[in-house]
Amino acid sequence: MAEPILEIRDLRKTFGALKATDGVSLELRPGEIHALIGPNGAGKSTLIHQISGSLRPDSGSIRFLGQDMAGLDMAARARLGLGRSFQISSLAQEFSALRNVMLAVQARQGTSFRFLRPVMSDKSLTEPAMAMLERVGLAGRAHLPAAELSHGERRQLEIAIALALGSKAFLFDEPMAGMGPEGSKALTRFLDGLRHEAPILLVEHDMDAVFALADRISVLVYGRVIATGTVDQIRNDPEVRRAYLGEAA
Amino acid sequence: MTNAPIMTPETIVNVSLALLLLGLPLVAQTMGEPFYITLATRIAILALAAVGLNIALGLGGLVSFGHAAFFGLGGYAAGILATHAFDGVPLFAGIPGTASMPIIWLVAVLVCGMIALPIGAISLRTAGVYFIMITLAFAQMIYYFAVSWPAYGGEDGLSIYVRNEFPGVNTAQPLSYFLICYAVLMLALGLFWLLRGSRFGASLQAARQNATRLSAVGIAPFNIRLVAFAISAMVTGLAGALFADLNKFVSPSMLSWHMSGELIVLIILGGKGRLFGPVAGAMLYVLFEFALGGITERWQFFLGLILLGVVLFARGGLLGLLAGKARHG
Repeated sequence: MAEPILEIRDLRKTFGALKATDGVSLELRPGEIHALIGPNGAGKSTLIHQISGSLRPDSGSIRFLGQDMAGLDMAARARLGLGRSFQISSLAQEFSALRNVMLAVQARQGTSFRFLRPVMSDKSLTEPAMAMLERVGLAGRAHLPAAELSHGERRQLEIAIALALGSKAFLFDEPMAGMGPEGSKALTRFLDGLRHEAPILLVEHDMDAVFALADRISVLVYGRVIATGTVDQIRNDPEVRRAYLGEAA
Repeated sequence: MTNAPIMTPETIVNVSLALLLLGLPLVAQTMGEPFYITLATRIAILALAAVGLNIALGLGGLVSFGHAAFFGLGGYAAGILATHAFDGVPLFAGIPGTASMPIIWLVAVLVCGMIALPIGAISLRTAGVYFIMITLAFAQMIYYFAVSWPAYGGEDGLSIYVRNEFPGVNTAQPLSYFLICYAVLMLALGLFWLLRGSRFGASLQAARQNATRLSAVGIAPFNIRLVAFAISAMVTGLAGALFADLNKFVSPSMLSWHMSGELIVLIILGGKGRLFGPVAGAMLYVLFEFALGGITERWQFFLGLILLGVVLFARGGLLGLLAGKARHG
């Protein structure tokens, strides 16, 4: 088995009496989509925050590309290649879609301390950014401020930004949320192809998308992973059915 | 992207403001009214100080309530160097004072940059109201230091007996001095424009709009803000040096929190983050001060009313009213 890209060992995080993350261990392997599912309040977003570096775990380890992430902030982890999208989309609202992606391109180039050359006429920024918008199907909306994009378009924009970073792993927190059925289907097709570029840890409520995409699924309930396995294993796991999918599944 | 029309409404407003500020003293000169030249010089210098603050506040969203510290430090740099040059007493370790403006400016800018780095490094660990308070606290520390340091006049301030020199220009002439200040202001506006459109400017504005987003692409907001804070302080410090030479006097009042507030007011009046916002703001402010100040001693009460009106009904300030909403590429 190939070395995992992302390896989480016995991660714990409590908020007062609440065990938001209670000994979670998880692996993201090359080329896979690993879906993280669980009922509301299971601690999925808390886990994503700890992996991306916006929240510090109480104990346990996160290794990315063989490197311990302890002590690295969100920006440092992003520079190493951890690209994320947010559950509630998080963009520079006044900037156009293009400028949002250009920011990622310049970050990847490591050139943010250049003070004089105008960015809007700089093809080394605009062209790669436009290419990423084309890939996610947002090229036609490139010059609209992020604030004026629809909910679904903002999700696409976040993914274009993660692509532009040249990420070596993606953390996508509910990328389908708020999308219509057509949008979900298109995004499902897109993510399906993306796994060959970099593996994806996917938090998602849209079960059709999860079952269509996931190589493996981990089920999180009350901060614990109660099962990890293939789609079929998870569908037939009695504990999962009881805890999460309900008898109807 | 770049195919926007060259003469946008904002460009027209900007050019008009620049010409208006240049025209006023020229007309005053032909009419033999040097007072108005001094008034225009005051506008140019206050605008320059606010251009500095506009980098931190307008682009970066950093509401520094302590920029008077840099305005005053620039002023004291000019006053102290000029005094030593005038008295022929070396500053320390045999280094002489100087009456040369370019050297004074360089010292003012470097001193402000060096002091802004530690102040910024500490203040930027906080945000919102705490950032406002901590920048105020640092400025007040410097204010009280100046008040209680007798060597350079303490509370009474420090006079500059002869205006400092600029190569090839008779600075004692009001119009010549105005033109120096105006040129520096235009250069600073050019710097602001370049900065805003650059990669650094993109990061700085993203830090204001959404710091989490900036972190998520791998750019640490703290570093960007710190450099912006220092650049901002340096420009405001340069204005302070010019202000001291305009009044031929520097006193702790340049360092006081009233001054910090005044600079913020200029930016709000003119339109924050806008290229010519500080120019419009300074023109309005000095106009109010002059016109209303002639009618009543309580002119700041009316200024308060106008400021209230701007904040409630014209968020974009004068530039917002004249040129519409700010556009980002």
